[in-house]
Amino acid sequence: MAKNLSNPTEERMAYLEGLITQAKTAAAVFAQFTQQDVDSIVKAMVLAGMEQAQHLARLAIQETRIGVLEDKVIKNMVATEFVYNYIKNKPTVGTIREFPERGLVELAEPIGVIFSLLPITNPTSTVLFKCLMAIKTRNAVIFSPHPNAWRCSSEAVRIMYEAAVKQGAPEGVFTCLESHTLEDNAYLMRHKEVAMIDATGGQGAVKAAYSSGKPALGVGPGNTPVYLEKSADLSMAVVDIIVSKTFDNGTICASEQTVVIDDEIYDSALKKFAELGAHICSDKETEILGRALFDRQTGCMQPIAVGQKATDIARVAGLTVKPATKLLIAPIQGVGREHPLSVEKLCPVLSVYRAMSTEEALRVCVDVNHAGGLGHTAVIFSRNDDAIHKFSQVINAGRIIVNAPGSIGALGGVYNDMVPTFSFGCGTAGGNSTTDNVNIYHYLNIKRMARRTPAPMWFRVPNQIYFNFNAVENVRQFPSRSTVIITNPGLEQIGHADIVRRYLPPEASVHVCVIPDAEPELKAILQGVEALNLYKADQIIALGGGSMIDAAKIMKLKYESPEADLEELAAPFLDIRKRVVQYPTEKINRCRLIAISTTSGTGSEVTPFAVLFDKEQGRKVTLADYSLSPDVAIIDPQFVMSMPRGLTADTGVDCLTHALEAAVSTYASCYSDCNAMQAIRMVFKYLPVAYQHPEEEEARSMMHNAACIAAMAFANAGVGVNHALAHAFGARFGVAHGRANALMLPHVIRYNASVPTKFRPSPNQRAYVAHKKYATIAELLGLGGRTIEEKVNSLAAATEQLLDHLAMPRSIAALGIAKEKFEQALPDLVKIAFDDPSWLSNPRMPLMSELEELFWSAYRGRGITEKGSSAVQPAA
Amino acid sequence: MATIAVQFKIDGERVVRGLEEARDKLDSAGPEMILDLSAVKRIDAPGLRALEELAARADDKGVRIVLRGASIDVYKVLKLMRLAARFSFAN
Repeated sequence: MAKNLSNPTEERMAYLEGLITQAKTAAAVFAQFTQQDVDSIVKAMVLAGMEQAQHLARLAIQETRIGVLEDKVIKNMVATEFVYNYIKNKPTVGTIREFPERGLVELAEPIGVIFSLLPITNPTSTVLFKCLMAIKTRNAVIFSPHPNAWRCSSEAVRIMYEAAVKQGAPEGVFTCLESHTLEDNAYLMRHKEVAMIDATGGQGAVKAAYSSGKPALGVGPGNTPVYLEKSADLSMAVVDIIVSKTFDNGTICASEQTVVIDDEIYDSALKKFAELGAHICSDKETEILGRALFDRQTGCMQPIAVGQKATDIARVAGLTVKPATKLLIAPIQGVGREHPLSVEKLCPVLSVYRAMSTEEALRVCVDVNHAGGLGHTAVIFSRNDDAIHKFSQVINAGRIIVNAPGSIGALGGVYNDMVPTFSFGCGTAGGNSTTDNVNIYHYLNIKRMARRTPAPMWFRVPNQIYFNFNAVENVRQFPSRSTVIITNPGLEQIGHADIVRRYLPPEASVHVCVIPDAEPELKAILQGVEALNLYKADQIIALGGGSMIDAAKIMKLKYESPEADLEELAAPFLDIRKRVVQYPTEKINRCRLIAISTTSGTGSEVTPFAVLFDKEQGRKVTLADYSLSPDVAIIDPQFVMSMPRGLTADTGVDCLTHALEAAVSTYASCYSDCNAMQAIRMVFKYLPVAYQHPEEEEARSMMHNAACIAAMAFANAGVGVNHALAHAFGARFGVAHGRANALMLPHVIRYNASVPTKFRPSPNQRAYVAHKKYATIAELLGLGGRTIEEKVNSLAAATEQLLDHLAMPRSIAALGIAKEKFEQALPDLVKIAFDDPSWLSNPRMPLMSELEELFWSAYRGRGITEKGSSAVQPAA
Repeated sequence: MATIAVQFKIDGERVVRGLEEARDKLDSAGPEMILDLSAVKRIDAPGLRALEELAARADDKGVRIVLRGASIDVYKVLKLMRLAARFSFAN
């Protein structure tokens, strides 16, 4: 391993440091080059490489005595012409890819100095390939050739370097170690100025590269299984396998190693191999070949056999074969150490295995894959798509070549559209960081410039809202054969259901389903669903307050989609568009929901929310989805004329809280703002009148409209921390929702108008504007004040005044709740309020300590600050 | 007594020559020498070597070198070469 080697001598270190300085300077200078500069250098290098393809191939053969001259020429051509074809139009400087719809831009940043190890098997083509990649990406490379291929590799480096520099590349962009030791390699691998190691070579080199602690590219070992499936085009397959396995005498590590042949075609396949110049070994010959090719002790292939001709290998092994023999085929009966030929053989020796079934064939292919070839390459010949897919699923290989030669197929660009390469990533199973065909993108740091995406906004409300006295008569326009009116006993008793019934079309059979007027429980919901099923309802009319309308929403959901799991649908979410649990879209029943509100507060007739009371666990479950929104909302004030004063005040304050929270919400938009602001104006004007003079039709009507308008705002913008506090407190102490809201409201206005201690990440929030929004509201209400702070104070004071007018309790203490009891409950209240999703759109992210402070403020009421207000900063 | 810094404008086409001239004037430069690089669009390896040498000489002589008007591209090259820290920069 590199780190265990000692440092080179001082003299040698000086030499290596010189190489580093040259490369580092070249890389720095190169950083200034444009795409045009780079592309013109690349083209000149490609032409030089192509021109010298044969010369370099000859040198490689002479020096290494491995492979086939003609094939090495082809390799050199692929490494230049084919690689150029792939890279020529690819941007590698500045912006390289853009995704305008996602606001993303990818930019290239060079790596710097790359230390590159070269193999003996492809000693010149690998150089040509790596030089082109480096120049295209503006990197400098120090090459370390294989000791037995130094002359040809360094000549290839020289040719590419001279062509590059002549065309303007920085001097020193490529250097080549004149000779090297493992100590040299280790020194360079560890050097701080070397940014990356690209190790193409034996396992020792690759392992050393990965062990150096530097980012590294390395190729893993191969052992390519081939499945020759019974539906294959046999003639093509046999030719392809011979082409591939004999190419450069089998030195490409992606070439075929063991062909697993279905029994049905085994004999004819071997016959064809033999006809085309392969020698089929007998069992005895297979054994002899195994002994000759592999070291019995280590199990490794004898290096002397790498890249040799089939006839030479046969001669050395002592086999008699015809002079024209291209390939030695050795039938094997299994995979593993006892079958030495089942592993990688970088020469024209191929194992074959007869499989009696598809399952057996796949199993043996997997065995071969796991016998030293994980992550590398696999091949299948088949016309059966299922077989191809199954093979691809079970084999772990970065390249799965279909109906093409393994070696040349894996190189890419010749038989398929894979990226041309001379370096095969083998993934983690092969000890590599990638399964890709290594290419220019591995020689780049790709930077991603991510623009802020405009926050998607929406405004969704029922598309039919009828308002004003007698708006209920509009129910007649909706055709129905079976309508179920969901209401409560009180409303049924005072004749509200009859009013609705009067306006329904005569052909509709009408049924009234009365459920208790409380927060809906699952039991009541399911009873309602039973009624809907019994009457085969095509229309539901929810007549009541928020609870009743919520109940009808859930009944509709369960009636249309009985499989809907309410518990699951209540799962929390941060962003409604990205929620994990989706509401059902498949419906077995279709049913219209008309909501007629009989209170002026919740606005449930236009919201996508529904609250279910889970009696068993004593908690509320909130459902939220736009599919819950009623289809039609009817805002008819005749149904609220008899509302008692207390309820008028409670619901009116709830309406005001909705509007104020929606106005300062981080999800507020100009669409929700106009509703929120208008609702606030209407509440301040009409709520005192409706409270004081319940018989005033205009005030009743306007408050009924205000509740709906405020709900349209918060249905889209959300509410805030006021609701989170009120939910927790109201549930714990049994205080009506409107009253609980009232206790918190002035304190929350002041809190939200102060500079947040903590901002909550929200792409919707472009600036902190809550204090300005409150000031705008104060202006709309004509409350006075010169500065923003004064206006905020005016609004808080006006709110206090309104609450006084409505005789709202002004502190929790005033409700008769003892301080000790409150203090005891406080930790739970804080916890519950913090878990409440209502505050997610609040302009301030509440800290737990701030929630506690707000609860205390509400406990004491206005003007009492016994515990101080350190958590609330001065107004912005 | 106010010190007037020696100033050189480096010609973008003759960077090495300009830096060599600056180097030769170090003895008479006083505590600070200002090199105007605003005309230098790209710096090559010889230019970098000349800058490095100038920095070394300036260190020896206790002269502070201020690079004025260096483009961001040239500045980045100096950062890559770990040379930027040896100079001061001015717009």
